[in-house]
Amino acid sequence: MIAYILRRLLFVIPIALGVSIVCFALVYIAPGDPLNTLLPEDASAETIAMVKKAYGFDKPIPVQYFIWLGKVLTGDFGNSIASGRAVTDDLFKALGNTILLAGGAVVVAFSLAFVMGLVAGYHSGGPVDRAVTGIAVIGVSIPNYWLGIVLVIIFAVELNVLPATGMGPRGSDTFNFWEWDHFRHLLMPMLTLSMIPIGIITRTTRAAVAEVLNQDFVETLRAKGLGEREILVHVIKNALPQVLAVMGLQFGYLMGGSILVETIFTWPGTGFLLNKAILTRDLPVLQGTILVLAMIFVATNLVIDLLQTMVDPRLKRS
Amino acid sequence: MANITMSPADAVAVQGAPAVRVRSYWQNVGYRLRYDYLTLFFGAMVMLILLSAVFAPLLAPMDPYESSLINRLKPIGYKDFILGTDELGRDILSRMLYGGRISLTMGIMPVLVATLVGGTLGIVAGFVGGRTNMLIMRVVDVFYAFPSILLAVAISGAMGGGVVNGMLSLTLVFIPPLCRVAETATSQVRNLDFVEAARATGAKTFSIIRVHILGNVLGPILVYSSSMVSVSILLASGLSFLGLGVTPPEPDWGLMLNTLRQAIYINPVVCAIPGVAILITSICFNLVSDGLRSAMDVRL
Repeated sequence: MIAYILRRLLFVIPIALGVSIVCFALVYIAPGDPLNTLLPEDASAETIAMVKKAYGFDKPIPVQYFIWLGKVLTGDFGNSIASGRAVTDDLFKALGNTILLAGGAVVVAFSLAFVMGLVAGYHSGGPVDRAVTGIAVIGVSIPNYWLGIVLVIIFAVELNVLPATGMGPRGSDTFNFWEWDHFRHLLMPMLTLSMIPIGIITRTTRAAVAEVLNQDFVETLRAKGLGEREILVHVIKNALPQVLAVMGLQFGYLMGGSILVETIFTWPGTGFLLNKAILTRDLPVLQGTILVLAMIFVATNLVIDLLQTMVDPRLKRS
Repeated sequence: MANITMSPADAVAVQGAPAVRVRSYWQNVGYRLRYDYLTLFFGAMVMLILLSAVFAPLLAPMDPYESSLINRLKPIGYKDFILGTDELGRDILSRMLYGGRISLTMGIMPVLVATLVGGTLGIVAGFVGGRTNMLIMRVVDVFYAFPSILLAVAISGAMGGGVVNGMLSLTLVFIPPLCRVAETATSQVRNLDFVEAARATGAKTFSIIRVHILGNVLGPILVYSSSMVSVSILLASGLSFLGLGVTPPEPDWGLMLNTLRQAIYINPVVCAIPGVAILITSICFNLVSDGLRSAMDVRL
């Protein structure tokens, strides 16, 4: 097992390097000289040369990459062009907020979707199955930014029971999960973000349950005289690892995919940060945020992969 | 992909005459689709949506660009504005019809291009194998390490907004998954006996790919890329929603949602309308893709 873990870790290193190259390249696919945002238009040649040197733009690009990579590895993502603050300061604060939001959304999605998928898988082909499949299709088809707007219209504008934006009363930027005044701010963004995972997890659960029910051992269990409730336990046990894996992937996906929902609810997470960075063309922030989110995605995938192999050693071979 | 399922017509043929009519794989797919009314219905819906975008100039009751200060944010059914007006007093129905042109193009084109490019890369990687495979697939793995929306936002965020940049970034998003599907399917077929046999009879590489590989790989690729269309439409209007895709005053579903969002306290119902177009389109494409998947008997 340890050898397997090491091998998988080794496999991740080139991917992580590749991801860092893509993120590094982002600044270079941006139109115009990255210096333009820093310098006044009438800057003299000496000033330009000085600033170039100060930012390391005078060196060849591969050298720049390794200097940048070295800094990133020590946790230095440079300074924001817009605010002048270190990118890391804003980034890690935002990261916590996004983890809260994405984690909440995945938990909500899992609890709803697993039950729905289980029932649908049990009654495969029946009306319940068809209804659940319909919900799942809507879940994966719905533009969640639109759903967010609709929820705001219903609960904030019309009913006025939930706050439309922000993460706490009076523009609070700290979050207290256990206080209703804070928690109610989380409800709508969390529900909105959970829509796609609901669709995906429901489909996975339904397929997994239907597949397990078709296997011979279920027949054996019935023949042995087990009641439906005991069989259900066996079915869940067999279907759960696959579903949990999908749930984990969705968490990684939501971490990077929450930009639209965070923009709608002005939830101060990484997506909101990204959106601000795009509007102000703040490339260091854009680069750093995307790098961290992609790395989280890579790491979640790796952890899930390893956990799955621990649960089911048969997967090791493939 | 064998002809396993037996249709009523086949059953009759078996009883009636000794000569059993064997249908080809694609004939079988067509046969199954012809009796899948749900898929046919949503396929017709997709056609309607596409046609309404193509013929938008004929269908739109008003000029989608003409604004009017006195008719701003009017409700559904106000005067001649069937779906009301937006924040600049422009007719929402006309803008939705015209918006379909950009939204659908921005959603469908990237998938088409990515299917061609990714599919070709995947078939080459799967068929040639060895170092070529390593090189292509490792690069694909890197792009796979980004959640799709994040990659799209990263690329078009860095390059700046605009329809072309948006489509370019979406194409880059869809190439890796399509390449992977094509590669997996190709390397499964590559080592089968009939490919070996074709090679032994002296068939040229190109004709082996064209006849044997493509015939078996096209199904999974088509099913996968059809399932990507709805994702792409959602992502494309998402980019426009963030201000990274279509630029004003061009009508686009995502951009309309974005600009109307400022008015949810004035006229909430009208603000939600463009999203309905995105939702319906995306559901239709998804269900058609599901139908194709079961008709083609593909497991991805």
